[in-house]
Order: sequence, then structure tokens, then C-alpha cells
Amino acid sequence: MAQFVLPINSRIKKGKTFKAEGATHVKRFNIYRWDPDSGENPRIDTYEVDLDTCGPMVLDAVIKIKDEMDATLSFRRSCREGICGSCAMNIDGTNTLACTKAIDEIKGDVNIYPLPHMKVVKDLIPEMTHFYAQYASIKPWIQTQTPPPPDSERLQSKEERARLDGLYECILCACCSTSCPSYWWNGDRYLGPAILLQAYRWIADSRDEVTGERLDALEDPFKLYRCHTIMNCTRTCPKGLNPAKAIAEIKKLMVIRR
Amino acid sequence: MPNDNRPLSPHLQVYRPQMTSVLSILHRITGVILSVASLILVYWLAALAAGPEAFARAEALLHGWLGIVILVPVTLALFYHLCAGIRHLIWDTGVALTIKGVYVTGWTALATTLLLTLIFWVVVI
Repeated sequence: MAQFVLPINSRIKKGKTFKAEGATHVKRFNIYRWDPDSGENPRIDTYEVDLDTCGPMVLDAVIKIKDEMDATLSFRRSCREGICGSCAMNIDGTNTLACTKAIDEIKGDVNIYPLPHMKVVKDLIPEMTHFYAQYASIKPWIQTQTPPPPDSERLQSKEERARLDGLYECILCACCSTSCPSYWWNGDRYLGPAILLQAYRWIADSRDEVTGERLDALEDPFKLYRCHTIMNCTRTCPKGLNPAKAIAEIKKLMVIRR
Repeated sequence: MPNDNRPLSPHLQVYRPQMTSVLSILHRITGVILSVASLILVYWLAALAAGPEAFARAEALLHGWLGIVILVPVTLALFYHLCAGIRHLIWDTGVALTIKGVYVTGWTALATTLLLTLIFWVVVI
């Protein structure tokens, strides 16, 4: 059952403010904090960042805060160029990658939360175990029944390869799944847009030979059909992909094979 | 490392309302409104079956200011639910399932809702 309000231990309190002394070009960053060792509720800390000495992206500001103002701030980051998916977070009300979101795109204060409706490990770090387990459940690898050609790889035509465009680029940052109200309310059983896009990536692969089994595994009131075409997923994808379209293609295949 | 004490990150509280989510929840809300409003239809038909006096009373009530105040929002809900339902049928074929498609069909559904409601009240009734 959908629970619209936050549990008591998750209600957010007001936190501290860190001033930028002597700065003229200041932007305020309001950031969600939760320390597992404190036993206290989450809070919002406010950091005044001097943009004259800060890089252009939200991730630059978050790293600057950790380096210069508050070393206790925790977040995931790695590639800083939108390919690893580590720094996915809720910035200015929508999910995106901190490394590819420009600070000057945001009017007023910059509000940063962890990805929505996830268990929080610390600060901006959500617990991803369930998401990855769901990914493993769709068997994200090529499965075949015929023996491979004796002297070559399993080849694809250009057209067959082109069918994977818009699917293979997914970096599993989970921005889409955690933007989806259906995934918020039924994420325990609904696979969510990211995993369903991945499921379709293997269904659409001309070299994969177990499409029937893959569709069987998805034919379930929850795993697939909790998608109500809300389209928050496509709206928020930082890679410009279209999970809603991939899900619609799976639903169409379900009808066609009847 | 399981830790049951972990808080749940905020969701509805912080996620920016967008045309995607707003029109979706509006579809559901109007569906609920129509379910409840079908009781009005039941009352009207029951009055018709009960005889001329009862029917005259029902007609007077529904054509009075209270009837208008209730029925105008109900027709808005009806036409929105119809338009949004057709929008979903189009999407189910895989057409217009893009962000541009969301906005074009979304604004079209809203405009058509207003237009149909207007036509209904000005022309039909």
C-alpha cells in the first residue's frame, strides 16, 4: 500500500548553515544530511558557495563543499562526465547526474536530496542493493540455444545493431526508476523503468535466442504492468533515453505473441 | 550491511510536479470523481422510475444552482478522463511516446476538455 508521508524516523529537520566569508557571488546549497551514527533524524544543511572559485557543475560545488567547508558530507561520484552514473541525486526537484547539471540552470537556492523513496545509507548515498538484485533478475546477458558459428562471432547486421540504439546507452544511474511514482509505491515487486529498459535491450538483441522466456518472466501484474505511462522516467533521464517507450514495446510484444 | 534504522529519502515531498505526473494523477482523480458522480445518475434514474412528482423534484434540483455547481465539475472530469483515456490508447500503440509527445498531447487533452465542456453546456443543454 502506498504510503504518502515519510515515516517518523525520516522526517527532515532544519540543520546548520555554513557561511561563505567575504564572497560576493554566492549560491546557497541546501543539502540533505543523515548520519547513521548520530541516531537523529535527517536534516537540511545550508552551504553558501562562492561561485567565483567554483566549477560550473553541481558536482563541482558538492566536491568544493566537502573539500573546503564540511568534510563529513558523503556522496558517490567517479567519472565526473556522465558515464558512470554514480552521482545520481535529486537536484532542484528532479533526478539527474550532479556532474552534468550546470549550477546556472537552477534559479534560486539549489536543493539536493538523495534519489527519492530509497533507504539512505548516509547523506546523499542511497542503498542500491534491491535495484541491482532486480537488474540481475532479468538476466542481463546474451542467452543462446544454437551453437556459435565455428569460425566467427555471432554477427549482427547494421539494422539489427541499430535496434539497440537508445537502449545500450543506459548507465543504470537509477534516476528514472526513483522518479517513478509507481516504483515508489510498488518498488518491492515492480521492476521500474531502468530495469525494464534493460530487459527490452536483451529482448531487442538479434543474437539473443530466449525472447519467449524473457517475456514469460515479465508477464506478471507487478513486474511489468505497474507501469501506467506516467512518463516521469523519460522526463528525467540524464542520458536522454526513453524507458517509457521501451516498456511500451515490451507490452506490445506481449499482445502480439498471444 | 542491513540497517533497519535507515530513513526513507523524501519523494512526493520534494519531487517537482511536472506535466507527466500531474496529468497522470489527474486521470486517476477524475476517475474517482466519475465513480462517485455515477450515484447522481442512479438518483436521477431512480426518481424517473418513482413517478412524475419525484422526477420533477430531481429535475428541479439538478437544474438549480446546486445541480450546476456539482455537474459542471463532473462534466469537466468526464471530458478530461475521456481525453486522457484516448491519450493513453494512442500511447499504447507506441505513438507519441516522447517528451515532445507528452507535452503536445497533454496540452491538446486539456484544451479539448475545456472545449467539450463548453460545447456541452452552451450548445447541448
